[in-house]
Amino acid sequence: MYKCKLYHVIEKKAISAGVYSFTVLCGDIAALAVPGQFVHIKVEGFTLRRPISICDIDKDEGTIRIVFEVRGCGTAKLAETRVGDSIDLLGPLGNGFELPSQTENSSLNAILIGGGMGVAPLYGMAKLHANKAVALMGFRGYDKIILADDFKQTGAQVIICTQDGSVGTKGLVTEPLNKLLESDDVGVVYACGPVPMLKAVAEICTRANVLCRVSLEERMACGVGACAGCACKSVGETGEQMVRVCKEGPVFNAREVLL
Amino acid sequence: MSLHTKMSVSVGGVTFPNPFIAASGTFGYGDDYEPLYPVNIWGGISCKGTTLNKRQGNLPPRIAETPSGMLNSVGLQNCGIDDFIEKLLPSLKSRANVVIANLAGEKIEDYVESAAKLDKSAVDMVELNISCPNVKQGGLSFGVSTQATAAITKAVRAATSKPLMVKLSPNVTDITEIAKAAQSEGANALSLINTLLGMRIDIKTRRPILRNNVGGLSGPAVLPVAVRMVWQVARAVDIDIVGMGGISCLNDALEFLIAGAKAVQIGTALFTDPHLPTKIPSELEQYMKENKLNSITQITGTVEPW
Repeated sequence: MYKCKLYHVIEKKAISAGVYSFTVLCGDIAALAVPGQFVHIKVEGFTLRRPISICDIDKDEGTIRIVFEVRGCGTAKLAETRVGDSIDLLGPLGNGFELPSQTENSSLNAILIGGGMGVAPLYGMAKLHANKAVALMGFRGYDKIILADDFKQTGAQVIICTQDGSVGTKGLVTEPLNKLLESDDVGVVYACGPVPMLKAVAEICTRANVLCRVSLEERMACGVGACAGCACKSVGETGEQMVRVCKEGPVFNAREVLL
Repeated sequence: MSLHTKMSVSVGGVTFPNPFIAASGTFGYGDDYEPLYPVNIWGGISCKGTTLNKRQGNLPPRIAETPSGMLNSVGLQNCGIDDFIEKLLPSLKSRANVVIANLAGEKIEDYVESAAKLDKSAVDMVELNISCPNVKQGGLSFGVSTQATAAITKAVRAATSKPLMVKLSPNVTDITEIAKAAQSEGANALSLINTLLGMRIDIKTRRPILRNNVGGLSGPAVLPVAVRMVWQVARAVDIDIVGMGGISCLNDALEFLIAGAKAVQIGTALFTDPHLPTKIPSELEQYMKENKLNSITQITGTVEPW
């Protein structure tokens, strides 16, 4: 189930250079949404909507929060939206992360691995897992860090890695991940970020025999499964096949997709 | 006369309750938009292009945005004709007004085998996608040659008695010659235009954005090309025409009707505004009232060229 309507933006923040956080009043979408799903946003003057992951859902307030980076003309236009303006959202779309009660080992810890903007869709999972979560957040450098305080406030243990070493551990998220997996109380790993990071994380989890769910990004047209525009290759019992990131995803079991 | 009758149109012997048809490949098999509205809001639906055997389609990226449009190179990912007929058609047929099967293939033999299967199925009409590469003739699209268009239309015509609509490619020198070839071999209607071949390049990586390098351009950018071609074809043939290419509002659709189309297909505009098919029929109703039209077909081909 999804909706497609105009909704008011009730809060807008620039949280880093070129990165914006919008809170949108959309009770019906908030009621339906689960972490890991996305909304498809119409941008005036552009043919295609912009798929943006849902960062936070407040079902009581009837709001969702989205965090996005200006990457081209479309997101630049979207960033011009002001508080009080309406935006046209189609959503919530896709399959989100499994909620803690749905995973087999809910008494165990969850590791949330986000690379760059990929941290945004994991925030909802951090809130759900709270002190049973370790958030492993990787950024290029100090000026790219987003949502670190938000993650800390959930009660999750936060580990920050920067490629230039300006904050936290210098290097990629893979090193701390290997260390975390040495203990046997990790039940599940959720990851979102650049494909090379997802690939490395998936390989490590396979070796450690830990369930890993990845959230993928792809160029998208309809967003609802009608056009088959956003494909990714999956491997299942019936061999390789193309699946739709918008409908079968964006969250997949890492073992079932070829990254 | 009821509104229903006023808006209804006949194309190739098939009656559509309104002249708006979901374009192939943009509306799946009619259920993806059910959370917003039922498929019978459309006069009909042209299903996703279907081939004899299941196809995986192309590797991603399959989509690239363009000024006022988009490129796609999905590569005919589909479940194959048997699964279409057995698993998807029964439900769609019970919910939709008119169901059009869109038939694609790589060899004439494959088209013929699929058409024979469709002949025994519940589909109301067959739309022949001749923009596919003809593998036996070096991969050139069937639809760019009058001979290949004639040959494939003739072969499929012999395999099915279903109303047959041939979907024309715009990537040709003279579309009227192709249209006449399809008409002469028994097509009941023509739909046009399919997408225009295009390309975009990422200037940083120097790679084409589409994994297939090239893809089909659709959306508002192609509308004037499509209107021109509908107008040219309408003057060259006697069979019914379904116009398409960049329609995103009632006025766009009216241009096609006035140019010579009896109905239109809408596709890419859904990606921008999924609610479009809920708005356009009521806008047409208003237009017909204001212009005192008893039947929408009264405006078909009423263009007055200079």
